[in-house]
Amino acid sequence: MSQLETAAHPETLRRVAIDPVTRVEGHGKVTLLLDQDNKIHQVRLHIVEFRGFEVFIEGRPYWEVPVTVQRLCGICPVSHQLAAVKAMDQIAGYGPLTPTAEKLRRLMHYGQMVQSHAVHFYHLASPDLLLGFDSDFTRRNIVGVALDFPEIAKQGVLLRKYGQEVIRHVAGKRVHGTGAIPGGVNKALTVAERDEMARDIEQMIGWTQGAIDMVRRLHETNPGFYNVFGESAGNMMGLMRPDGALDFYHGALRAVDPLGQTIFDQVDYADYQQVLQEEIKPWSYMKFPHIKSLGADKGWYKVGPLARVQAATYLATPLAEIERQKMMALGNGKPVHGTLFYHWARLVEILHAAEMIRDLLNDPDILGTDLMADRGERRFEAVGVIEAPRGTLFHHYRVNEDDQVTYCNLIVSTTNNNQAMNEAIRTVARQYLDGREVTEGLLNHIECAIRAYDPCLSCATHALGKMPLTVEVIDADGQLASSLSKA
Amino acid sequence: MSETSNANSFSIDGQRIPFTPGQTILQAALAAGVYIPHLCHHPELKPHGSCKLCTVIVNGRNGSACTQMAMPGIEVENNSPTLNDRRRVLLQMLFVEGNHFCPGCEKSGNCQLQALAYDLEMLAPHFRHAYPVRPIDTTHPDVWLDLNRCIMCELCVRASRDIDGKNVFALAGRGVDSHIVVNSPSGRLGDSALSIDDAAVHVCPVGAIMVKRVGYAVPIGERQFDEQPISRQVDYLATRHIPIVPVAATEER
Repeated sequence: MSQLETAAHPETLRRVAIDPVTRVEGHGKVTLLLDQDNKIHQVRLHIVEFRGFEVFIEGRPYWEVPVTVQRLCGICPVSHQLAAVKAMDQIAGYGPLTPTAEKLRRLMHYGQMVQSHAVHFYHLASPDLLLGFDSDFTRRNIVGVALDFPEIAKQGVLLRKYGQEVIRHVAGKRVHGTGAIPGGVNKALTVAERDEMARDIEQMIGWTQGAIDMVRRLHETNPGFYNVFGESAGNMMGLMRPDGALDFYHGALRAVDPLGQTIFDQVDYADYQQVLQEEIKPWSYMKFPHIKSLGADKGWYKVGPLARVQAATYLATPLAEIERQKMMALGNGKPVHGTLFYHWARLVEILHAAEMIRDLLNDPDILGTDLMADRGERRFEAVGVIEAPRGTLFHHYRVNEDDQVTYCNLIVSTTNNNQAMNEAIRTVARQYLDGREVTEGLLNHIECAIRAYDPCLSCATHALGKMPLTVEVIDADGQLASSLSKA
Repeated sequence: MSETSNANSFSIDGQRIPFTPGQTILQAALAAGVYIPHLCHHPELKPHGSCKLCTVIVNGRNGSACTQMAMPGIEVENNSPTLNDRRRVLLQMLFVEGNHFCPGCEKSGNCQLQALAYDLEMLAPHFRHAYPVRPIDTTHPDVWLDLNRCIMCELCVRASRDIDGKNVFALAGRGVDSHIVVNSPSGRLGDSALSIDDAAVHVCPVGAIMVKRVGYAVPIGERQFDEQPISRQVDYLATRHIPIVPVAATEER
């Protein structure tokens, strides 16, 4: 069991809760157990709500599923739609997609990457990075960033908008569209739509390069801090092409160990249950998946930007590959595991996605009108996997002869990162809180580690809602010692 | 106003509406380009008068525009705040007594219930959701029957009886227990005489009777009520035909 996961005598300790964690998507809380000297004995990330999507999707017709499941999330609905539709392509019996259909799905997916990563980096994370982890919390938000760094805030807003416009052109709506349907896509792209997207793409690439430079300069101001903050060396996983290049839309599973050595490679994602196993712990609604061959203790892994750009052999676009190499050079030949490198890797991925969008817009196939694949034999079970903005996303369905879904298993990115986030906040607790008086700024260090993973807590347990923060300090007798709230 | 024109016309909200003898108020209104909200009416089927959305005030008395005959000189109140408030309440009751989840419904954008709710600016359900437990019948090879979304307009009952000549559907039970039943030895759709090219399959104004394996083939933005609110689609409402989809076309999807 991980250090700091379970205290030996919790009844003697006082409990501090960060409830809920803010500037993340969904509901979550962190509990800390401390003794009288403020030594930390237990740190846990909890996901506090339960929605049960896997259950209520049962009985529904399979063609509804790609549209229904994207309601799991308002930030990356496209990822859920595409993971589900990749499974339903097979269930409905369709053969390989037409080139136009696959490219339109990819275009939508890269638009999703740009907008979701932009929301995360600029709106949710940049207040900590630019204003300071323990800066005045009343200003530590995107409005505060807009006041002090108006150009950066503007670029963040417009990058997000660009990604959403790409989604709208393919899916019909910015959020919760219907572009991908079993067998292909439902709408061809017009020349006017293509031209509108092409007009601004170079600007988006330029702004992203600027943001990467900014993060690099930030790192140079205090490399010792950024290198080790929340550092937790774990295995890493992602979807790769046969040549080892990272592929957000389709590929096979690769996992590497903390030093970058291969654990498994080119595993067909339909066989995910042969390499991954989910564990249930009594204190969390969220499951803990791990690599089967390594066991529960050592098999935990990270997914998402930092994991997959380091697990990959390379990125298949030139500018992003250069930036990936510059970031990885800081590890002196080994992967970097500082939690805040997630932000850097995330920006590299925006750049990669933007370059892919540019290439697709220059591809004549993107204006094609052959949208649907040929239909063959129905199937009754299928798995769809995609690299969502936050990491590898699994959708697994069984459908009966009457077209009803009878089984649904979703392993979302945040669930894959469950143990990794717990490890990161335990490291932060040891590094910054252990033995010290708990303050709002120090508690925000814990939130910063969670935020770096960009968890989608509503996906992970299928929760919904908004999140004011309340921190309660309870003394050893179980009495409320002090309370701190922010809206 | 001359006697001749008065003999062949009446007024809706002060507007003169010509009619031919035998027309209902709703038929005359739609033919004249005047919108009266409705759900259970279809131009190719006999009037039914069950949904009450088209209730108007005729010479001071409530009446269903779809069943009440147009008469010379009557004065009809239609598009008034009082009547639209009542219609909104009727819609709210329809929404809460079924399980209508637009986000995942294939009918979204083509659904008359949804279109009316948008048009009458129904912003919230107002009443507590009943969340009834209603069955789904998936046994037919080509047709999906989801009673969660049924509003019991009986358009399928009439289409099956009067156009298809099959009597596949009927309304059973009383009051809150009313529900659509299927005429087959087992009570299941798969054992009934229903065929995919029956009018009854394609007349449903909501997402209760759906052709199987068709999911969002028509993109958002190109659906019937995407471009214009239903109240501005009077020509469509007056002249629409039940769109019989041939078997071959659905298998293409």
